[in-house]
Amino acid sequence: MSRQITEDEVGQRIEKMRRRRPRFVDDRVTMSHGAGGKASRALVEGLILPLLDNETLDQLGDAAVLQLGGVRMAFTTDAFVVRPVTFPGGCIGELAVNGTVNDLAVSGARPAAISAALILEEGLAAEELRGQVSAMADAAERAGVAVTAGDTKVVERGRCDSMYIVTTGIGLIEHDLVLTPSQVRPGDKVLVSGTIGDHGVAILLARGELDIDADVRSDTQPLWLLVEAMINACGPALRCMRDATRGGVATVLNEIALAADVGVIISEDQVPMLPEVIGAGEILGIDPLFVANEGKLVAFVAPDAADAALAAMRSHPAGARASIIGEVREEPPGRVLSKTTFGGHRMIDMLVGDPLPRIC
Amino acid sequence: MRFVDEFRDPELALVLGTEITALCDPGQHYKIMEVCGGHTHTIYRYGVQDHLPDNIELVHGPGCPVCVIPMGRVDDGVAIAERDDVILTCFGDMMRIPGGNGSFLDANAAGADIRMVYSPLDALRIARQNPDRQVVFYAIGFETTAPSTALTVLRAKQEGIPNFSVFCNHVTIIPAIKAILDSPDLRLDAFLGPGHVSTVIGCRPYDFIARQHGKPLVCAGFEPLDLLQSVYLIMKQLKEGRAEVENQYGRVVDWDGNPRALAVMNDVFSLRPYFEWRGLGSISHSALQLSSRYADFDAELRFAVPGVRVADPKACQCGEVLKGVLKPWECKVFGTACTPETPIGTCMVSSEGACAAYYNYGQYAKQRIHLEV
Repeated sequence: MSRQITEDEVGQRIEKMRRRRPRFVDDRVTMSHGAGGKASRALVEGLILPLLDNETLDQLGDAAVLQLGGVRMAFTTDAFVVRPVTFPGGCIGELAVNGTVNDLAVSGARPAAISAALILEEGLAAEELRGQVSAMADAAERAGVAVTAGDTKVVERGRCDSMYIVTTGIGLIEHDLVLTPSQVRPGDKVLVSGTIGDHGVAILLARGELDIDADVRSDTQPLWLLVEAMINACGPALRCMRDATRGGVATVLNEIALAADVGVIISEDQVPMLPEVIGAGEILGIDPLFVANEGKLVAFVAPDAADAALAAMRSHPAGARASIIGEVREEPPGRVLSKTTFGGHRMIDMLVGDPLPRIC
Repeated sequence: MRFVDEFRDPELALVLGTEITALCDPGQHYKIMEVCGGHTHTIYRYGVQDHLPDNIELVHGPGCPVCVIPMGRVDDGVAIAERDDVILTCFGDMMRIPGGNGSFLDANAAGADIRMVYSPLDALRIARQNPDRQVVFYAIGFETTAPSTALTVLRAKQEGIPNFSVFCNHVTIIPAIKAILDSPDLRLDAFLGPGHVSTVIGCRPYDFIARQHGKPLVCAGFEPLDLLQSVYLIMKQLKEGRAEVENQYGRVVDWDGNPRALAVMNDVFSLRPYFEWRGLGSISHSALQLSSRYADFDAELRFAVPGVRVADPKACQCGEVLKGVLKPWECKVFGTACTPETPIGTCMVSSEGACAAYYNYGQYAKQRIHLEV
């Protein structure tokens, strides 16, 4: 009989498996592949990246950072398929602008221009469309950017759900900071810009399938001015930022821990959450750490600048409830751990598939 | 949050942890099985084990409803869902459970219409809204969820909703515990009783565990302090040489259970002669089917299902894990061939499954990493 392996060896085996580039082994795309967890990672890294293989794409940042004609810029695209198209705190039009603005912002870029492609379902009410495009205009104005190019397509009834929007954005990087996971090192502090899980819970409740009434509004908002304040306050002490959308804060922390090969430790009692979001999570068995946000970022900051970063964030409305939630350690590399409110600890891994499809 | 934070107080946890340690014989190793998957989830979610001494081991039992569903039953569900006129509805946990021929998620990708619901009443609503389709509720769970299925069937009958039916996989907890106690390789010292099931069946059905098998059982609530207090009560029994059934979850669980829920279940369901459990094999009188009075709503009679028994994959040791004989990481395929992304066994699918819980939360539990941040 072969030697009984130890628990530690099993742990190491799992680590090895986890770091392997995920393979796409399914016969078809399932809803899990759209949820932002491990299945999404398998879709992107296992099927798409190998075929479109290039160095910039391989970075898998929220935006690609390009050097064009001596100018550093960020370039990103995002598709929005949220159902319902209007929900407490926002709508698909506003989301489509803010989402792309924020992908640019967390890459350190001032949003410069946005394009929008509208895919419309036959029968969509003109009034609905007018409302959504107006919301796009308002969101663009608020973010200090214009929608400068676009396209429209109409598909037969039933071929899409009211409307889908694809936005693309470019932004200018007007500093020489490098904001990538490779900058993150042990000792750095981890910050979030405010209460987490608001958007995902708002969408879930807005679907009206749960008979739960709670006043939770989507947090969709532009983050560039917040980011600008952080860059000014921290300079090179600002290591890396991510927009905590699909998959939530937990997924972002895991991505950074893996990419930077560091451990991340957070303290759950420091994570800002609305009581309504905690309550809905309790009832539905959903952990807000994994729920999508549409106006919250996670930042990694050098320890001596953490207080300055926090003050800069809190001075901006989008960061009023910012908090230092944890720090980076050498051990355990590639892993995220949490000190629970109960005084124990737990591991926080990426979700396999999210129970909440089509939230953005 | 009120009425929640009180049950998660870290200071009280430290006190209880110290008292539990004082009750332990340091030279002895204690194995306590939490029967219910909800407890497994709480243990990992809050790090309950961190407040216990190293020589108390919590063993994760068979009480995760989706973990005990055999592959053949998943295939039956897929076969029904593949019919053009059918909308199959189920709880979200069920979507990813692998059958012999893929999961419900895979079936959806191939064109089936399987929808997630939070209550069987939602399934009934879908039936009302789609009178030209057959709406089937794929019912799973122990006595916890069985009453709500029963009430839904009653309502469907009252309202005369002809296009609604139930594919019943409800199971009962006592035969599963018996199967574990009868297992020759068992080495458990006590049980944490399933709190939610007990709200329905009460505490009396557990008497045989204490009387015939000499093992303490404490019905436990689902907050982390509930679990610590229950472990304390168990350790006290062991220390004093007692084996009794105790009820820690008195704020919810009545000693006699919920007579109305039991009456509804008795009306709507009858015991199956036997039912196959994933990993545990066939157990007699361990599952429910719709009684003859409600046969009209029985999806197994309404639709032709393959009803084929699909053997568990050979490498899979879910049965040993469910019985507490193996720890999750001791299974041959744990973490390599069997992961939450590509589960072979059901224990790896639901977050309440022993293997998924260990994989997601448990690996560093022993290291006691200093977490002050």
